[in-house]
Formats: sequence, C-alpha cells, structure tokens
Amino acid sequence: MTSIITILILILFPFLISLILLVAKTDALRGPVVYIGAAVTAAAAIFFAAISFGKEPAALVAGGRISEIISYAMMGIEALLALLIIWLGIKYKKYLASILALLQCPLLLWFELKHGHDVEVSHNLVVDNFSVIMVLIIGIIGTLICVYAVSYMKDFRHHHADVQDRSPFFFFLMFAFLSAMFGIVLSNNLVWMYFFWEITTLCSFFLIGYTKTPEAIKNSFRALIMNLLGGLAFVIAIVVLGYFAKILELDFLIKNGVGDTSGLVIIVVTLLCFAGITKAAQMPFNSWLLGAMVAPTPTSALLHSSTMVKAGVFLIVKLSPLLGVGSILDISPGFMVVMVGAITFLLASFSAVSQSNAKRVLAYSTIANLGLIIACAGLGTPEGAWAAIMLILFHAVTKSLLFLSVGTAEHNIGSRDIEDMDGLFGRLPRLATLMIIGIAAMFLAPFGMLISKWAALQSFVDDSNVWAILLICFGSAVTLFYWGKWLGKLSGIVANRQNTQDRIHRGEWFALGCHAFLVIAISLGFPFISDKVLLPYLSGVFGGGLTQEQSLALSSDNMFILVVLVALIIVLPLMFYGRTRKRIVPLYMAGANEGDNLTFRGAMDRDVPVSLRNWYMEGIFKEKLMNKIGIITTCIIFAMSLTYIASLVTYFIKMAGGEA
Amino acid sequence: MEFSIFSVISAVLYLLLGPFIGGLLAGIDRKITARMQGRFGPPILQPFYDVGKLLEKEAVTVNKGQDFYVMACLIFMIITGTLFFFGENLLLVIFMLTTSALFLVIGAFSSASPYSQIGAERELLQMMSYEPMVLLMAVGLYMVNGTFRVSEIVSHGPLSLKLLIGIFIGYLFILTIKFRKSPFDLSLSHHAHQELVAGLKTEFSGRTLAALEVAHWYENVFLLGFLFLFFANGTWYMAVIGVVVCLIAYFLEIFIDNVYARMKWQFTLKSSWLVTLVFGGVNVLMLYFLKAFSLIGN
Repeated sequence: MTSIITILILILFPFLISLILLVAKTDALRGPVVYIGAAVTAAAAIFFAAISFGKEPAALVAGGRISEIISYAMMGIEALLALLIIWLGIKYKKYLASILALLQCPLLLWFELKHGHDVEVSHNLVVDNFSVIMVLIIGIIGTLICVYAVSYMKDFRHHHADVQDRSPFFFFLMFAFLSAMFGIVLSNNLVWMYFFWEITTLCSFFLIGYTKTPEAIKNSFRALIMNLLGGLAFVIAIVVLGYFAKILELDFLIKNGVGDTSGLVIIVVTLLCFAGITKAAQMPFNSWLLGAMVAPTPTSALLHSSTMVKAGVFLIVKLSPLLGVGSILDISPGFMVVMVGAITFLLASFSAVSQSNAKRVLAYSTIANLGLIIACAGLGTPEGAWAAIMLILFHAVTKSLLFLSVGTAEHNIGSRDIEDMDGLFGRLPRLATLMIIGIAAMFLAPFGMLISKWAALQSFVDDSNVWAILLICFGSAVTLFYWGKWLGKLSGIVANRQNTQDRIHRGEWFALGCHAFLVIAISLGFPFISDKVLLPYLSGVFGGGLTQEQSLALSSDNMFILVVLVALIIVLPLMFYGRTRKRIVPLYMAGANEGDNLTFRGAMDRDVPVSLRNWYMEGIFKEKLMNKIGIITTCIIFAMSLTYIASLVTYFIKMAGGEA
Repeated sequence: MEFSIFSVISAVLYLLLGPFIGGLLAGIDRKITARMQGRFGPPILQPFYDVGKLLEKEAVTVNKGQDFYVMACLIFMIITGTLFFFGENLLLVIFMLTTSALFLVIGAFSSASPYSQIGAERELLQMMSYEPMVLLMAVGLYMVNGTFRVSEIVSHGPLSLKLLIGIFIGYLFILTIKFRKSPFDLSLSHHAHQELVAGLKTEFSGRTLAALEVAHWYENVFLLGFLFLFFANGTWYMAVIGVVVCLIAYFLEIFIDNVYARMKWQFTLKSSWLVTLVFGGVNVLMLYFLKAFSLIGN
C-alpha cells in the first residue's frame, strides 16, 4: 500500500507543482515552490527506493474499475494532445507532424475502444530494481536540475532580454517532464507507458521551442517529428501485440517472449526498439538532440541526463532478455540494436572531435554513450545489461554535472566555446574543478564511465561480436582525444586572470556541488549497487541463480582495486596539488618572454601576444561526412530489419491462408 | 583474490628492478643509436648519471600545478606496472596506463606554454593512434586464453602467438609510437634535428623531469611485458624465448628510429589505424571464425 501511495506521489506531485508554477508569475513565488517541490519529490524518490529495496519485483495496481477509469482519462488526454499537435503542425506548416499524429492517435483509439476489453491486464504498474534506479535518477538528478534552473533562468532573462519571458511555462514543463518520466519507468501496461512516452515527447518539443526563434521552432519540430515516428512504431507494436497475442503487459511479454521464435515477438520487439532508438537520438535520428541545444541549458541537462533519451534506453534495456545476436549472419532485432548503437558510438565520437562548442561536444558524447548503452543491451546477456544499466547511472550524473557547469560558465565568461575556456582554472577555479571532475569521470579510469566501458568491451568479447568490438575500440580511442584536449584547456594556468566566481548564484553552487558529490559517491559505491541492486534484478529477468562471477565482467577483486584507485585519485590532489615551494620562473617561448607569460618579443623586435588554440582535425573528422555515413549505414541496417520483418509477415499470411 | 608467491615476487621485482632495467635499456639505446650514426656514444649508465644530475638542479617551476601532474603520472605508472606484474586484469592495466599517460598530458597543458601545449596535443594524437591496437591486443589475448588475467595467461595459457600473429605485428607497429621513436616521435623526441624536440616536457625541469624519466623507464619495461604475453605458455623455454624476442623487438625499434625521419601527424594516425584494422581486425575476425567452426577450444 505504501508503495502505491509513494508512486502516486511520484507521478502526481511533480505535476501538481508544475500546475502551481504555471500560475506563479514572480521569481519570489517561484523559487520557494520549486525548492519545496524538488525537495519533496527527491525525498519521495529516496523513500520509494528505501521501501522497495531488497524486495522481489512487485506488481502493483491490479486491473479493475479504477484502472479502467484511468485508462479512459489517459485516452482522452491523448486525443486532446494529438489535436494540439495537429493544430500546431498546421499553424507552423509542419504537416508531417500533423500526419504522424493523425496516424497514431486514431489507431490507438480504435484499438483501445474496439479490442482493449479483450485483453486482460492484471498489473498496470511494476516495481523492480531497475525502475528503482531510474526513479532515483529522475528524482534526484532531475530535481537538482530544476533547482539549478531557478537561478539560471534569472540570468537567462538578463542575457536574453529580446526573448519573451515564459518562465512559468518553462517550469511547468520541467516538472511535468519529471512526472511523465516516473510514469514511464513504473508502467507495466504498454498503453500507459505509451501515454507517458508521448507526454515526454511533447514536453521536450515545447522546451526546445522555448525561445520561439525561427531556429528554435525548426529544431523543436524536428524533435517532434522524429519522436512521433518512434511513437508510431510504439503504437503499432501495441496493436500487434494486443490484437494477435492478447498481451499488453511488458513483464508478461518479456517472460513469455524469451525463447519464443513465433515471429510475433520479434516484430513487436523490433518496433519497440525502433521507438527507443528514436527517443535515444541514435543515428539517423541524432539531429534532434543536437538541435535541442537552442533551448536554455537546464533543458539540455534534463534531456541528456535524467529524462527523455534515458526513456529510450530504458525501454531497450528492459527488453534486453528478448534481444541477442546469434551469429555473424544473424539479423534479429538484437543485431539491429547492437549495430545501430555501435555505429552511432563510433561516428558520434568522431564528430565530437571537430566541435569547439562545448554543448555540441557534450551532445555528441551523449549520443555516443547512448549508442554504447543500447549496443550492450542488444547483446541480450546479463553482462551486457549490467554494463548498460551502470552506464545509464554514471552517465546521468556526470553529464548533468557537465551541462550545468557549462551553463554557468557560459553566463560568466559569455561564451560556451571551449576556446574561450582558456585558463578557466584561474578565473573560476571552483567551477573549473567541478568541470574537471565531470570530464575525468566521463572517460578516465578508475571512474564510473570507464568501469562500465570496460564491462561493455568484455561483454562484446564474450559474445564474440567482432564488428561491435572493432567499432568500440576505435570509438573509445577518439573519446580519449576529445575529452583530453578539453581537460587540457581547462587545467591551463594562464597568467593574470581575474577571479570572478563570486558572481555565481548559491542555488547553482548547491546543484553543482551535489552532482560532484554524487559522481564521486557512485564511483566509490558502485560495487555495492552492483551487488545489492543489479544482481538480483539481472537474476530475475535472465533466469535466476546468477552469481557475480558468472554474470559480470568485473570480478569483485577488480572492483575493490578500482575503488581503492578512485580514493587515491581523489586524495592525491587534495594532499599535494599546488603545494610547491619552488621558485616560479617565466615560460619558455620562441622569442624572449616579456615576463608576463602572455607576450614574447618576436621578429622586428615587436611584442607578439601568445594565443593557444585547440586541435579540431576538421580535415579528418568531418562532422557532416560522419553524419552522412551514419545515416546511410544505419538506414541499411533498418532496411535489413524491415526485410526480416516483412518476410515474417508474409510467412504468417501464408500460414493463415493455409489454415483457412 | 588469488595470491601466489610467483605474483608477489614478480611484482616486487618490477617495483625494485623496473627502473634499473628501463634505465639500462635507455643507455643501450643511446649507445646503439650512436654507433648507427657513426659516433662513439655515451657510457651505458649515462641515463642514470643524467637523472642524478637532474635531481641536483635548482628547484624551479613555471606554476604551482604542473609538478603534481607529473608526480601523479609516475605514481600511477608504478601502480599500473605493479598490477600487471602481479598478474591482474589486462584491461584494468591498459585503462590505468591511459590514466597515467593522461596525467602527463595535463601536466604539459597546465603550463599554458605554446611548446608544451603543441607537445601535449600531439601526445593525445599519439594516444588516439595506438589505443585501438592496444585494446585489440587485449581482446585477442582474451579470445585465445579465455581470460584477461595476466597471471593465468602467463601460467597456463596456450602459446598465444600461434593464433595472434596479426595482432603481434600490429602491436609491434604501435610500440614504435609508445617508445617515442621516429617516424612517430611527434610529441617529444630524442633527436635534436626534429622541428619539436622537448615538446611535451618543455616546461619540466629538475626533479620533475627526473620523475618523468623514471616513469618512462617503468613504462618501457612493462610495454615489453605485453610482448612477452604472446610467448608465455607456462614453460621455461618459451619464457626465455619471450625475453629474447622482447630484446630483439627493442633493437628493432631502435633500428627503425634511426632509419626513418619524422612523418606528419596524419601519417601517424592513418597508418596506425590502418595497421590496426588490417592486422588486428582481420586477426580478430579469423579468431571468430575459428571459434564459430570450433577449430579452437574455449
């Protein structure tokens, strides 16, 4: 009972707060509402984790009268939202959006009204350890971003005086987003999940279009159309599954689908994975996430870390037991997911090299990491799923930290270009330290992301997935390069820089500090999470009795070594950084250093200022070319999957004809 | 955690003797290089004299940060090497090696000096060039031995070289980059005729520079240790052959160093990736097919 009430609080309370924020027009009112809303939501998420912790997966909210009413209410809201999309599509002349909404909404309504009653749904919501992890991510990281946004939006208005202030609407969307995300990760009934899924699509659409500039409108519609495409696949999956198999429950699908070769499961899983791929911004759909950068930074932080794209990978990781790649010639849904993920990982990493805009680097890195996550999930092994869930967790915390610190840096140095972050260590030492923690945690051993990458690589090797291994090896090498040069830029100690960090708001410091603490805490505590949370979950879904050594890439003594190394890498700088009694001397430069480390005496006895630039290798890692290759290769893979499905469908029709 | 006497002994030996072997190799390198160039060359122990001299230099630095990074590089290099000789997981060792190398790069970046920054960026390029091959080497060894644990590969794995000739050649190729030899000595070089000589280490001096030298000695020994894995199968004669091959490979690298001029960075990246793809990739693919048709065990 307590869990049901907590779930109700998780889903409804943020929505209630969002409604209040819609009418709270002043900063003085908004601040406290957001803080209280965030605190209560986070507390509810932690409480929920505490009571669900260590328990068997629990099925909640049985079918029945109340659930039926809820389902009808959802249907009504869905119809209204579809009408809204159709109207917006016509208003802004983006007819494709209208057409997609016009296709999927009636299809779902027809199915629910005509055949919905034939399907018995016994559990609409389900709680397992994976959804607990997701609830914690959404409830803690998501709300911290909202807290950060309060201070950020004040500055944003200041910096963008020309943009109409729609802060109430902005905060409404942020909290509504959290509600919908809680809904997705707790739903078991696919129709319910689809309802929340579409709400996140719409929320992100409005958030991206926040500034209403032509670019923002264009990008928001791109995001909408791509996600509606995924939504359409989702609806078709629901209809096929409900109509032919009379199933609408995710856990039921997974339990009965393992080992099922009837073809129906394959079709449904392919469609659902396709929906996940669009939402997770994999190639060829990566452009919507890059376009999302036009929105205020908290939006990007939210989309990239705890919501939206994580919904996409969440679904695919859930379906992981049904995926898997048999041999090098296999073109099952597992093959589609692994290949699209691995190709995206490689090409998005390549594209990141040539970017100097910090947010674009972060965006490509997100796309790449999501690729790695779904590739791991596509293997359909417990090892792979372990790596995928760990990646989700580490990535959410770290990426959010990075986005927020870039946002703060942007407001203080007036640029989000990495080139302008020269000597950030002198100007905003504390912020630079936080950013360095974030970057190091993204790609360096012994921090979290690398631990998961290690597990990922081993999963691919164990699965003998040769193509994916090659893509991952090259992709990680490039990852090293683009993070390394950014890290170098930040750590540079440039002379005569004024310290301006006092200008940063307290609310931003609070959110940033909590993030940094979480990054380190999770890196230190991950063996515990693995042992107590992931192993039981994986044993449950992949067929019980898994021991650590069987199911994981990392043995416990490796984990122990890693934790010790994390502690060491944190303690060393605290003890030794900057403690030198050596005499400070000027730098070496080609001509005589003028003594300030910023100019030297060049030819003709002139003073030449020194400027340092990063290396982008545009000649080799061409962004446009990478995207083109990505679109072509992933489309070929989708075409292969489509042929596979088509052959299954024709087989069905033949069988049906034969029986008749 | 398995503790075997052998692991402990080899880890302790590495800790104590690593820098001496590394320093001696460096001395031999300078002697052979000099002979190849028609010079007499310094005494074999010259690298040790050099480090001794560096330790006595006046303590100066360009900022308060960089010494820390170089020390961290040394510490993590020693930890990584020790983990390797203790027989730990190969991937762990490779990732920690990267962390150690990155500390050095950040140290060079932190001075905000033009020369060290160019060196640092080139070092990152070199890391990006060799990393895929290093990872593939680990993958190949795993596919043949069924484990990433160095101790198990050494003690009872099969003779890996038989099935990993492509990967062996690929690793030899990128070893030239790791040893900072021409034609790939872009970030920092021992040859005075290059356009950028000190590069990465331009702003390091005195004890810091000495620490960097020692870190390189440790690193070189353990890079040769990787090579040894291809030969180890638990028998004493293959162990001897392994050590001999390591020495031959080292001589080969010196030879290549003196035969080639420095190439452009594009060549470094493209050639090493091509070699990785052709030798490493094809080898892994071949292993896959052998496994798929169960021609080899595990």
